[in-house]
Amino acid sequence: MTWQTPLLRVDPLLADPATRIIVCCGSGGVGKTTTAAALGVRAAEQGRRVVVLTIDPARRLAQSMGLTELDNTPRRVEGIDESAGGRLDAMMLDMKRTFDEVVLNNADPARAKAILENPFYQSLSAGFAGTQEYMAMEKLGQLRARDEWDLIVVDTPPSRSALDFLDAPKRLGSFLDGKFIKLLMAPAKAGGRAGMLFLNAGMSMMTGALNKVVGAHLLRDVQTFVAAMDTMFGGFRKRADATYRLLQAPGTAFLVVAAPERDALREASYFVERLAAETMPLAGLVLNRVHGSGAAQLTAERALSAAEQLEDLAAEEEDEGRAEDGTGAAGGTGDGAEDAAGDGAAAEDAATDGATVSGAAVDGQELSPESLAAGLLRLHAERMQVVERERRTRDRFASLHPEVPVAEVAALPGDVHDLAGLRTVGERLADGRPAVT
Amino acid sequence: MSAQQPAASGTAPSPTRFHIVTGKGGTGKTTVAAALALALAGKGRRTLLVEVEGRHGIAQLFESGELPYEERKIAVAPGGGEVFGMAIDPELALLDYLEMFYKLGRAGRALKKLGAIDFATTVAPGLRDVLLTGKACEAVRRRTSKGGTRVYDAVVMDAPPTGRITRFLNVNDEVAGLARFGPIHNQAQAVMRVLKSAETAVHLVTLLEEMPVQETVDGVAELRAAGLPVGSVLVNMVRPVLLDEETVRTAAAGHRTAVAKALSQAGLGGARRGGLAERLVDPLLEQAREHAERVALEKRERAELEALGLPTYELELLGDGVDVGGIYRLAHALRDQGVR
Ligand SMILES: Nc1ncnc2c1ncn2[C@@H]1O[C@H](COP(=O)(O)OP(=O)(O)OP(=O)(O)O)[C@@H](O)[C@H]1O
Ligand SMILES: Nc1ncnc2c1ncn2[C@@H]1O[C@H](COP(=O)(O)OP(=O)(O)OP(=O)(O)O)[C@@H](O)[C@H]1O
Ligand SMILES: [Mg+2]
Ligand SMILES: [Mg+2]
Repeated sequence: MTWQTPLLRVDPLLADPATRIIVCCGSGGVGKTTTAAALGVRAAEQGRRVVVLTIDPARRLAQSMGLTELDNTPRRVEGIDESAGGRLDAMMLDMKRTFDEVVLNNADPARAKAILENPFYQSLSAGFAGTQEYMAMEKLGQLRARDEWDLIVVDTPPSRSALDFLDAPKRLGSFLDGKFIKLLMAPAKAGGRAGMLFLNAGMSMMTGALNKVVGAHLLRDVQTFVAAMDTMFGGFRKRADATYRLLQAPGTAFLVVAAPERDALREASYFVERLAAETMPLAGLVLNRVHGSGAAQLTAERALSAAEQLEDLAAEEEDEGRAEDGTGAAGGTGDGAEDAAGDGAAAEDAATDGATVSGAAVDGQELSPESLAAGLLRLHAERMQVVERERRTRDRFASLHPEVPVAEVAALPGDVHDLAGLRTVGERLADGRPAVT
Repeated sequence: MSAQQPAASGTAPSPTRFHIVTGKGGTGKTTVAAALALALAGKGRRTLLVEVEGRHGIAQLFESGELPYEERKIAVAPGGGEVFGMAIDPELALLDYLEMFYKLGRAGRALKKLGAIDFATTVAPGLRDVLLTGKACEAVRRRTSKGGTRVYDAVVMDAPPTGRITRFLNVNDEVAGLARFGPIHNQAQAVMRVLKSAETAVHLVTLLEEMPVQETVDGVAELRAAGLPVGSVLVNMVRPVLLDEETVRTAAAGHRTAVAKALSQAGLGGARRGGLAERLVDPLLEQAREHAERVALEKRERAELEALGLPTYELELLGDGVDVGGIYRLAHALRDQGVR
């Protein structure tokens, strides 16, 4: 059974001047970066002024978009057809630099210097879990504020869960805002209440132990860092809240990207539910790297049984061929016949094991049409099994979320690493119809 | 399939007892680590599978309840041995630790509620790492009694991804700034001794795709530069090669009619123009071309991996996803390739 899901139409979304931000999210490795870049190229070539914010793109893809300089500002992408009046800028997120910019823009020079040089700040900005997500949001806010583009396409950081993009910034915020940090900063205040007396005793014991465990200077670094940041925190949080609201605004569209696999679609499901709970506008699901077949009328079972027939035929013919060779050769009697039988069995084994069918496989002779056809059929059977499995996972998602529009993007045989590849993905995305229904 | 450069010849168990499994996110670290723990548990042997990221991946994989912070038997291996599992929790490890050295008692638990433990492991990721690796190393070294036999013949860690693995393992550097003496310092020293010994090997899981291979190559270079012992490359989700490029080219070149005839012979309709068999030829050849393109791409990625000069193992793509049966299948495949 096939579920009738609404079709996600990407072109009207890209063409609509009201669309100002598109966020591509999804679990790890499903094609978020590829989709974001493909949308950017397509929108620009249809006449919009677009900026794409990518995060950790594959090396060759980055090169093809001219993203070789890591200077944290958008650069014009060469090779885009600008005849419709559009243009494409692209950048790679540098999270450390973005964090530095936030500090520099929000603190007076002396304080900013103190923060930037603080060792704890340095490890926080370089690697704290959630910093990348936080900074992606921050950069999005900055790009939006510059108002130079009429469309911003945002990629999201690789993470196992799509939800991290929404949750991580809050985690970082709540860490910087945490109870324990407050206690560290103001032990006297906390000790004022009777109920806290015990904790306070524990506190000094704990800070003592912590000092030994994490090192006194680290704790001091954290304290000075928090003190220096204290005045900034308000601004910091306000910015984060503003960006979060931006994500809820009508001009924003979320695209959830998923591969047609169980885990990825389960994540997509969570994310769809979460967006609804946060009243964030979902445009639809991009089902990426879907497999189809031009010969879908031929089932896997039928293809396999036909392949077996042909392999039997090929084996027989080969045996006959050998037998003739054998009688032709002088003195070749019993030995030759035995060899032929042995070889025939070996060939059959190889075929049923699904071993490579190669032009040079049979003693340098050209492959018989039967063997060749059998190989094509086995390949087709394998493809149809994949198609079937993907269809089942897709239908399960559709039955859970029948209201979510879906666009399917067929898998390219290779990976996507140049503008031509991005255009192809863009075309498939805009078409969106399933290759097989 | 066999390892291109078999790590272990014959059936002698390898000297490696601590196997650390890393790889790009989503390439199959958890799955492969589980299969490896099963494969290493030959008859009469006992292995321990540990996870460190608080995701309950092992429990999910073996369809058991969440693992407690203690070792628990999770499976009997195909070779007859036993597999234990444990999820190491950094907060609990730190509490244990503080208890052991500073006798914090109830105050320790109260501080956990306050978020102090979380705070400590957050501000000092090196501390968190040394606690996690420390716990695993302790299991590697543990003996039944003083001078007795080892409790585990092998310990397999489902480790953080390639991007973080070197920092994670290089605990000495990480905690150098924290403690120059005292228990943490000693712990870091002990961990480093185990990690840099011949008993340890870091394995990298990859797919035959550009990004995972690139990460593997970069990861190996980083590990080597840090003096950490690199074990093998585990190529996961390998798909069978059914037709090679050359065959497809020949087929497309001049055998279309013959192929149509063959299809017709196998009962797939008429080979004449417009017949079913004739109509199948184009789409089937198109699929073959795509297949050949993928095979060619995979060949490039394989060549990059080969250049690393590491033992390489291959694990097939399981069509219906991974369940307990699937892990056993992968474990068998590892044993067939000489993993002991
Ligand atoms: N439709 C497609 N057909 C073929 N290959 C694709 C397709 N979409 C993406 N890929 C390839 O899949 C790989 C992963 O894609 P991509 O980097 O876009 O994923 P991602 O979701 O951004 O991953 P991460 O979570 O690591 O950031 C890349 O090598 C890319 O070229
Ligand atoms: N050989 C295989 N055949 C088919 N599916 C596989 C195979 N190995 C892993 N998978 C599937 O791929 C997905 C990712 O695997 P797994 O969770 O082991 O990866 P991981 O590297 O541990 O991921 P993470 O980075 O999220 O921890 C899972 O859905 C798993 O079932
Ligand atoms: Mg990406
Ligand atoms: Mg995992």
